[in-house]
Amino acid sequence: MGEKVTIEIPKELYEKAQKYIQESGGEFKSVNELVEFVLNELLSEEEEETVFTPEEEEKIKQRLKSLGYI
Amino acid sequence: MVSKPHGGKLIRRIKRDFEKEDIQTLEVSLEQALDIENICRGVFSPLEGFLDRNNYLSVLENKRLSNDIPWTIPIILDVSNQSIDGLKEGDDVLLKYYDRNIALMNIEEIYQWDKKQYARYIYGTTDPEHPGVSKIYKMNDYLVAGKLELLNSVPTRFERYTLWPIETRILFRERGWRTIVGFQTRNAPHRGHEYVQKAALTFVDGLFVNPLVGWKKKGDYKDDVILAAYETLIKHYYPRDVVVLAVLRTSMRYAGPREAVHHAIMRKNFGCTHFIIGRDHAGVGNYYGPYDAWKIFQEFPDLGITPLFIREAFYCKKCDGMVNEKICPHNEEYRIHISGTNIRRMLLNGERPPEYMMRREVAETILSFENPFM
Amino acid sequence: MNGEYTTVSIPKPLYERIKNIIKDTGFTSVSSFVIYVLREVVASYEQEKIEVFSEEEKKAIIEKLRKLGYI
Ligand SMILES: [Zn+2]
Repeated sequence: MGEKVTIEIPKELYEKAQKYIQESGGEFKSVNELVEFVLNELLSEEEEETVFTPEEEEKIKQRLKSLGYI
Repeated sequence: MVSKPHGGKLIRRIKRDFEKEDIQTLEVSLEQALDIENICRGVFSPLEGFLDRNNYLSVLENKRLSNDIPWTIPIILDVSNQSIDGLKEGDDVLLKYYDRNIALMNIEEIYQWDKKQYARYIYGTTDPEHPGVSKIYKMNDYLVAGKLELLNSVPTRFERYTLWPIETRILFRERGWRTIVGFQTRNAPHRGHEYVQKAALTFVDGLFVNPLVGWKKKGDYKDDVILAAYETLIKHYYPRDVVVLAVLRTSMRYAGPREAVHHAIMRKNFGCTHFIIGRDHAGVGNYYGPYDAWKIFQEFPDLGITPLFIREAFYCKKCDGMVNEKICPHNEEYRIHISGTNIRRMLLNGERPPEYMMRREVAETILSFENPFM
Repeated sequence: MNGEYTTVSIPKPLYERIKNIIKDTGFTSVSSFVIYVLREVVASYEQEKIEVFSEEEKKAIIEKLRKLGYI
């Protein structure tokens, strides 16, 4: 097990998340797991959006500029 | 689907039979009586009564009830020092408006509140010149919390236009609407309002025009005028089956951004899925920043109703029609801004405003009243 | 602050990545971001409780709506 960081959230929200877990049928074992899953999913979406390197981005911006789009 | 009630359950706390035993009574004002009926008929779902201290503070500090449900305006009952005498936690009291039994309340808590703290959180200012703040400062020092049961409705002149959340929910369903946009107003409609409503209506099934009646300043349109003006507009310029016009009786608090969220929550309880937010929604003077009423919605991913931020409409001579900032490229010299104040001034002089400001039929309806203003 | 708080824990690398992506987004901390995301997830799932009106009530309301000309 790697190092963990603790995050404060409202108790009521935690309890709602717990209920969500129970009702969603055993997909997650704990709120920690749910949070981790959701955050990872968000990050992977984020990463899909950036399918180019910073150098590529710079080059594309240059082209858009030269064409007058930006 | 019609929107879920806020907090998941539509509150309906109505008691028909009531035996008058030895019960203490508490006189309430009209405004308080209306809050009571709004609670009991689900306009304020999930509230079942006036807020206790815990929830009150949570609304101030977190813009949420203590169960994490978004809620931005405290719904509280203040009572005078004299009336509080003899009341204690656990008591049942009969709440009366004049000689009418309005509701029963079981007192859960009696507590004091800090009005300056309220003003700071809710209005963002403690300036007594602010109409909301000055009203708060005049209120009593004690608040009473407790669940309510409605005994009788508050009398209204607008029976014909009174629909409660359960009724609009059934109505929207009967009409087969799945998406409904709510529109809040305290004005007779001009072309700018019509534009904004129709811009929204283009993308949803139905429009719920929901004027707030009962609280007016001098110079405002009278409630009957607003309703008659809307009837005329709908008759001549809207397809029959896409609009519902009904009134809401609750006080205007001038709490800007927080009130915008509150307005949205109430309309969600009526079944709306969308709600139009004006640029300076529920604002007054210069107390709130120009887009604060839009920004606050970012804090509520769990609101359950979609705010629509539609820019103010104006007439553009080049575009030859009603447009807004986002769709008109022309500069100021072509634009005619529609000012409610100007329109009111013209109507007050018995003049009909030009068609690009207000529909002829609407203006004529307003002018047919002997005195359309308060 | 009003209201009780509790904690969740997430792996440190995940925490760092989140901290990185919320830069310049208006979220002031990883915690406020996690709260936002979790509220969104939970709200989208909240089940509608059964509506509390009977068939008779519904009929009566429809009758009223008809009389007022709404239907
Ligand atoms: Zn134009």
